[in-house]
Amino acid sequence: MTATSRSSGKVRLDGTAVGSTIAVSPVDGLALEARAKRLAGRSIKRESKRAGLILATTFIDLTTLEGCDTPGKVGALCARAIRPDPEDPSLPSVAAVCVYPSLVGVARDALKGSEVKVASVAGAFPSGQSYLPERLDEIRRAVAGGADEIDIVLNRGALLSGKLDVVHDEIVSAKDACGQAHLKTILETGELGSYETIRLASMVAMAAGSDVIKTSTGKLPRAATPPVALCMAEAIRDFQEQTGQVVGLKLAGGIRRSKQALGYLAIVAETLGTDWLTPDRFRLGASSLLNDIVLQLRFRETGRYGRLGDLPVD
Amino acid sequence: MATTDSAPEAGDLAQTFAGYVPSIESRDIVELRESYGLVIDGEERESRGGSLATIDPSSGERIAEVGAGNAEDVDDAVVAARRAFEAGWRDLAPRVRAKYIFRIARLLQDRAREFAVLESMDGGKPIRESRDIDIPLSAAHLFYHAGWADKLEYAVPGMSARPLGVVGQIIPWNFPLLMASWKIAPALACGNTVVLKPAETTPLTALLLADLIQEADLPPGVVNVVTGAGETGAALVSHPGVDKIAFTGSTGVGKQIRRQVAGTKTRLTLELGGKGAHVVFEDAALDQAVEGIVDGIFFNQGHVCCAGSRLLVQESIADDVLNRLRRRMERLRVGDPLDKNTDVGAINSHAQLERIQEFVEGAEAEGCRIYQPGGDLPERGFWFRPTLVTGLGGSERIAREEVFGPVLTVQTFRTEAEAVAKANATRYGLSAGIWTEKGSRILWMAERLHAGVIWANTFNQFDPASPFGGVRESGFGREGGRHGLQEYLDVTPVAP
Amino acid sequence: MTDRLSVKKTYKLFIGGAFPRSESGRTMVVTSPEGAVLAHVAKASRKDLREAVRAARAAQQSWSDRAPYNRGQILYRVAEILEGRSAQLRSELEAVGYSADNARADVETAIDGAIYWAGFADKLDHLVGGVNPVAGPFLNLSHAIPLGVCALAAPDDGGIRGLLGLIAPAIMAGNSVVAIAGGRSALVTSTLGEVFATSDVPAGVVNLLTGDHRSLLPWAADHDDIDLMDLSGAPVDVVADLEARAAQNLKRVARTDGTEDINTARAFSEIKTIWHPARI
Repeated sequence: MTATSRSSGKVRLDGTAVGSTIAVSPVDGLALEARAKRLAGRSIKRESKRAGLILATTFIDLTTLEGCDTPGKVGALCARAIRPDPEDPSLPSVAAVCVYPSLVGVARDALKGSEVKVASVAGAFPSGQSYLPERLDEIRRAVAGGADEIDIVLNRGALLSGKLDVVHDEIVSAKDACGQAHLKTILETGELGSYETIRLASMVAMAAGSDVIKTSTGKLPRAATPPVALCMAEAIRDFQEQTGQVVGLKLAGGIRRSKQALGYLAIVAETLGTDWLTPDRFRLGASSLLNDIVLQLRFRETGRYGRLGDLPVD
Repeated sequence: MATTDSAPEAGDLAQTFAGYVPSIESRDIVELRESYGLVIDGEERESRGGSLATIDPSSGERIAEVGAGNAEDVDDAVVAARRAFEAGWRDLAPRVRAKYIFRIARLLQDRAREFAVLESMDGGKPIRESRDIDIPLSAAHLFYHAGWADKLEYAVPGMSARPLGVVGQIIPWNFPLLMASWKIAPALACGNTVVLKPAETTPLTALLLADLIQEADLPPGVVNVVTGAGETGAALVSHPGVDKIAFTGSTGVGKQIRRQVAGTKTRLTLELGGKGAHVVFEDAALDQAVEGIVDGIFFNQGHVCCAGSRLLVQESIADDVLNRLRRRMERLRVGDPLDKNTDVGAINSHAQLERIQEFVEGAEAEGCRIYQPGGDLPERGFWFRPTLVTGLGGSERIAREEVFGPVLTVQTFRTEAEAVAKANATRYGLSAGIWTEKGSRILWMAERLHAGVIWANTFNQFDPASPFGGVRESGFGREGGRHGLQEYLDVTPVAP
Repeated sequence: MTDRLSVKKTYKLFIGGAFPRSESGRTMVVTSPEGAVLAHVAKASRKDLREAVRAARAAQQSWSDRAPYNRGQILYRVAEILEGRSAQLRSELEAVGYSADNARADVETAIDGAIYWAGFADKLDHLVGGVNPVAGPFLNLSHAIPLGVCALAAPDDGGIRGLLGLIAPAIMAGNSVVAIAGGRSALVTSTLGEVFATSDVPAGVVNLLTGDHRSLLPWAADHDDIDLMDLSGAPVDVVADLEARAAQNLKRVARTDGTEDINTARAFSEIKTIWHPARI
């Protein structure tokens, strides 16, 4: 991709991967934040809340990315992923389990026979600061080991020093290395500084062939927020308008409470439409969120506030 | 990604979620009475002019009866205000006045939810707006002006500032409590006493405010509330015992008032209608600009004097903007004002609904194209869909006159100069909006747009510290800020 | 009269929203006019001052970023809480020899002062800021900015009025403060910390050090991370020396005496001017 041109403030990407020039819109941060607050503040009650909580469950990528992860830990997580509420078999499975490459095999075996996908981070996650050949190799090995989905990080160093070509081309290579697996590109929005840069990063990542764009690694304090989600959703909508291509959205980092999850569902529903409320196009990277969802659903059933300690430890 | 097996169910779930089942704010918090009297000299009493009903526009049902003040009632109120002024309020230590007004502000914050629900019931605006905007801003105006009461020596540097006396204040139905607060706060802070005439269709929050003012132990007669219709307001305007009239309402009535006080010493400020131009340049942050356009005309059902009711969009992006706008309008939720998810509430009255309908039907007859999103509207009550009018030449009635409803006209322009010319082609001059990422363009445009308030990359922003008011036939005088304060003062040089 | 044994209060410093004793372990004895020991109040050391300045600096940016309206609301809350505690504060003044009338006057004036400054927060820019009529197509805008961290020497004999008279305008303008008082004001200075701790004032915006002006103020005057010193309560014979020391980092030196007027507001702020072209 030859880099960009700027005219009257608009950045244009020459997206050879998608065969067209892609315009990148400016973003007014204050107005964006106000709109996000409105959407995240929707009052979701009763059947709408129940529907939202169940949907949110099906959107979760249940994640463990710790240095101390073991097969035992991953096994327990996978069991939970298949059956989020031991007391309620009707609650559907989550979308995926997300682990480090070394544990992909464990996850694959544990999830065999279920609908839950195996997602793996790859490419020197979370910083991405390593040699490209090794990063691509890690992707190939994770896919060969059974990963259905690969989460990589975008090259922020290249982005923030203006080398959009490098950012773009690395993602193209990563997509190629994925083969049949789906590629999620993490923007690490907490490092990008402004909503405009988030929009630019979103468009570059999509132009380069990402199947999903994702907010964060979850390793930084600043992660998914409603304005960030809205900014990326608007970028996705814009990209679809310009190219006809559908790219998914994954929000990760700091999503612990059902109320947050429902707010994000509202942002997606009102920005992208109800067609987007499907695991094919929308994911929530989270771990403790599932517990809050289960407790909320149990409250709806029983009318009693539950206890966190009654839920499985994973 | 592969689809999941439960796709049909997921689709149902998505619809159930995104339909947002009604989330109705309870009316229980409001203790409604069958009838309300006038509040004069610290007491509630029946009007001598009979009563009138106030209805809930979302259902057409009667909520309560309020007094229809006649000339005698108005006279009583003015006499009470004069007595309260001379016998105490004028000479009260400024710090004490400040503390009274702080009390009112705080009490309003305490009872915020009650006021918000009543406002939506009586006027039809969404509870989200009354809760998040009207009531907090009302409290903010009181808070802000309380802090001026003991600092009036700074209102105009080098000058001495004294109160005017008794002020008569007539307010509209679109922001009933907020307008009451905009009027009362500076008046009291400057040491004046007040006779307030709320709008005919929305008297209830003003009466509740009178109740709250009593709770704050404000001396009787400092604030008097005389409800009623047009005649009540006329009686107030023509009363010789009033030192100043402050009016917010239509330009037509504003001109009448101007004629009525001609030749008298009565001070006058008018905050009247508008036909705000909303200018969008091609370099604007378009997603946010579309939200700004939507907020500019559909906020409060377009019952906003400073509404951005004329979209002027740069021709190169016009199609794109209109497509986005139509798509966005599809998502507007029109319905029960007390539903927390409602975006657009009820039209305030049947009369206003008819006016809006007439405008839009007329536009269609004049050859304009009308777009309205689909969806069900409630059966009872007064409703009008958000409306887009395109294909205008610029001389149609709907392009020139204030509709005061959720109706947006659209025209295009090519250059900055053309945008200015089209924006200024009106006798009004209240507000204008500009969307562009270029600061110098904002400032260049702002210098040339004939409007008292200009919003750049935002819209409908209000703050007690920011002076608000129009130029030309949108009225004169300012509310808010140091400039608004001066309207309630008699400012003279300090005696050497 | 009951036989109940009372629980005597420990009077500590107020730093970063917490109530530590002095790191030096030292205290000052506060006595009644008759000589009875009322309390051993923490005696702030130069290290306590150093920590207080750190806490004030850490809190200052986000305090200044808040809308002036918000700061005004918080100051009003201070007044509300003070009103509720007036009996306690009056008794702490009477214990050190204030007459009942003087104690009441001191507390009531302090509360009214908090209200005055609460109402000033969103007026300051009206009075000292504005658009400047430059001879060119520019928008030229001046507005008030805070100075940063302010050290306030409150009079030992100033009561709450003396303390709050300096603290309120300083924080109104977006500064954070380290206030120092001792002598007859020691008890109420410490108790004032409790008021700030419960009034929505963010931790670190107000820090209160009970101590001795003569030993602490030179360290403050020498401190490079203090932006202003108000010497209203400093002993007169040390002022010249303190001003000379202040020259090292050019910290501003003021003596507002807590007067409720525009001069005091201006003393705790300065002006930033921005230019922007207005031509396309």
